[in-house]
Amino acid sequence: MSKGSLIQTFTDKASLVSAHVYPMNTLNSAFEKAVEICRDKAPLDSQMQSDTPIDPDTRIVAAPNLDDDGFNLLAEKCSQGKGIKLIREGLRNYPGGIDVGVTLMDYGIAETGTLVLDSKSEETRLSSMLSEIHVAILFTSQVRETAFDMTEELNGLVSDTGSYTAFITGASRTADIERVLALGVHGPLELHIMLVEE
Amino acid sequence: MASKDKSRQGESIKEYRDRLDCALNNKFLRKAMDNFAVAYRASRENAFTGLDTDALIQTVADAKAEAVIRNEELLAAFTKKAKENGIHVHLAQTAEDANRIIADIAKQTKSRRIVKSKSMTAEEIHLNKWLETDGLEVTETDLGEWIVQLRKEGPSHMVMPAIHLSRYQVADLFSTVTGAEQDAEIQRLVKVARKELREKFVQADMGITGANYVIAETGTIGIATNEGNARLVSTLPRVHVALAGIDKLLPTIKEALAINKVLPKNATGQAITSYVTWITGPSECKTTESGKREMHIVFLDNGRSKIAKDPVFAQILQCVRCGACANVCPVYRMVGGHQLGHIYIGAIGLITTYFFHGREHARNLVQNCTNCGACKAICAGGIDLPSLIKDVHAKIQDEEGHPLQSILLGKVLKNRKLFHTLLRTAKLAQGPMTQKEKGASYLRHLPMIFSQDHNFRRLPAIAETPFRDRFDRLNHTVENPKFKIALFSGCVQDFVYPEQLEAAMKGFKEADVQVSFPMGQSCCGLPAVSMGEKPAARDVALQNIDAFADEDVDYIVTLCASCASHLKHGAPKLVKNYSPKKAAAFADKVISYSQFMANVTGIEPKAGQGKKVAFHSPCHLCRGLGEKESPKTVIDRSGNSYVPTAEEETCCGFGGSFSANFPGVSNEILTQKLDDVETSGADLLVTECPGCVMQLRGGALKQGRDIDVAHLAELLYPQ
Repeated sequence: MSKGSLIQTFTDKASLVSAHVYPMNTLNSAFEKAVEICRDKAPLDSQMQSDTPIDPDTRIVAAPNLDDDGFNLLAEKCSQGKGIKLIREGLRNYPGGIDVGVTLMDYGIAETGTLVLDSKSEETRLSSMLSEIHVAILFTSQVRETAFDMTEELNGLVSDTGSYTAFITGASRTADIERVLALGVHGPLELHIMLVEE
Repeated sequence: MASKDKSRQGESIKEYRDRLDCALNNKFLRKAMDNFAVAYRASRENAFTGLDTDALIQTVADAKAEAVIRNEELLAAFTKKAKENGIHVHLAQTAEDANRIIADIAKQTKSRRIVKSKSMTAEEIHLNKWLETDGLEVTETDLGEWIVQLRKEGPSHMVMPAIHLSRYQVADLFSTVTGAEQDAEIQRLVKVARKELREKFVQADMGITGANYVIAETGTIGIATNEGNARLVSTLPRVHVALAGIDKLLPTIKEALAINKVLPKNATGQAITSYVTWITGPSECKTTESGKREMHIVFLDNGRSKIAKDPVFAQILQCVRCGACANVCPVYRMVGGHQLGHIYIGAIGLITTYFFHGREHARNLVQNCTNCGACKAICAGGIDLPSLIKDVHAKIQDEEGHPLQSILLGKVLKNRKLFHTLLRTAKLAQGPMTQKEKGASYLRHLPMIFSQDHNFRRLPAIAETPFRDRFDRLNHTVENPKFKIALFSGCVQDFVYPEQLEAAMKGFKEADVQVSFPMGQSCCGLPAVSMGEKPAARDVALQNIDAFADEDVDYIVTLCASCASHLKHGAPKLVKNYSPKKAAAFADKVISYSQFMANVTGIEPKAGQGKKVAFHSPCHLCRGLGEKESPKTVIDRSGNSYVPTAEEETCCGFGGSFSANFPGVSNEILTQKLDDVETSGADLLVTECPGCVMQLRGGALKQGRDIDVAHLAELLYPQ
């Protein structure tokens, strides 16, 4: 499969499960978009009844698995928007929810529009679970056609003791009441995928 | 219904029937099940579009079969690897052992609050009840499971536990739970669960998950979920216990990926679940001193290792718990999961209930099967479910003693002369009680042994002269025959509908086919199998094989799809220890009427009546023999035109003794079928099995519907 059609398949399949996919030329523009999404979103609906309310004008963005350069770049973008607090760790302190989790993905699987995330770190895991909007950063070079085409990579991930490998396809969903689809059960309400070319 | 387990122990067949009737009258349940049955088929087909479904399923079936054989070795390999990784591995021989192990872990880790993600294995051992008795708080976090937990029910489907409930029932329930009025608006109800359960996740000391598979090579467990609850269950609490049957072991990630690919497509028509989680060893947990979560895996045997060594039943461990066998089951569709399972639901549930929960819970259930084979055709694990259901039925009868009517049937069928004498006597006795309607003879009243419930269709009278007495008159010697065949009539056509065979004889003559009719032939034996009388079925199979052994013929043709499928596939299995070669030679020659006419002799197009003809595809033809096209060719050549019907390949509800045991369910399946035929706008309904004719024609007449029913042979060669 050519790279073009690989990316197209990934985009189509991810869109089918209600993920929002954005082609991005650079990480810079991907982060700008993430900040824009954060700014436009509705205020956090805290899931903890006992939670002390956070300042309603502050939005929390978590980005635990970016490297320092990436994190600093995102921090720069966040500081341009008003009232965004960017955190890198301590996600357990936000059990009621986080506005946006920005996570760098390890792989994409075109066949099903799936993201693969090494979630060995608890912080990384929580960023993809507690965020209301999950913004996944995926480099187009990391997209494979099927899961079977990457058994070696997957073996590498799972062979690591203490590893927690997540395959994520769309937002969390249920059809448990009258088989009617509802997005956003115990995980993110929305999944946005930035497909970064660079 | 927490006491469901006890109250249903020893439930009589009458009580079970009453429970079924109650479900049949539940309008919401019926509508929910109907919508699901139709929508499921479409979404599954969509999910498999462009893929070789059979090949994919075969990959899974082969992988699971191999894993069952290597089970002990895989368990040892996993245990070694997992221990290296720092996982505590436990092996529980019984349900009670598993419960105790998990309760002990809770005690040792000072866990008070537990959150759970969905696990059928936990349902199997009644884990929640055990832990709650120990004073622990257990909260189900899968939305459907939480709903049924709050209602003190069990799941009614392995994948969709609350499919039997309406949004209004859920809204009422959530109003009680939250103490605030909740609207019956699904999106909002889901958000109620999100909020109510988040606190539980955060407070929990221990998380319990199941596992869709366990990978031996890497010491990894795999969990598929849509809601994301299993991720929180295995991330927020400081202790994680995974509970898995030993049948969940797989060698490597390759097999796991194959299951990932098939399971969600077969379960709900999803390409993949929203989340698939692979956990290798204790993962990071920042609230503990070590920085790691304490992780346990509890393997449940509960009879599995014994099953793995059973030559017949080992294949039930190939189940991947997708629930598809329920999704396509015509009985499940009518009565829902609580009525078609004990803990495990659907076809696989009818079988595993016997092994995991005992025959007192299984004895009525195993009889509630039309033997239509829809489950076998869709099973992701390639399990021969209908045949195993019959085997369990026979096993239970062997253990408990066979019911009188079943023994009598077996004895009568084994003795062909006695059987045929009884039929002839019955014909004489019924004389004054028959009545002609629409050109056919029916019984005016049902014999006393039948209850009023059986009156949902008119039953045909036994024919004046059976086919075997007409054969010599109808048979003609053919000079230079193109084909030589022996005709297998089956009891129903021989004694009830000989005119169907008579019609076929016209065609054989026209096509220069030399026909013989071995008089030693008897019932095909399927009714005996279906009553759990295996030895009788085997005896009849041997008699039939003998009756045809000296016939120098090219084919053994039968106009009954059930006989064809049983003679071809069932009989050889029954006699495999007696005369496998003769049985194979016999089975090789068996062919259905439409196959013979459409593909062997060929049919010259006829002028016909230009009617629009709907086809009811008998279960034993479309699935039993895998034949879907030949009947349509026959219809087109008959000078009529084939019109498609919704759910053409769904059972008509006959199922031999099934329709006598469960008349209420049978009638509802039949009614659905007749509705579909009426909607198709056909002038005539045709099928290729006398049992289906009996059900459909008798039902149409009873319901006062303007639907004529004929056998294919009668369409091609009208009287």
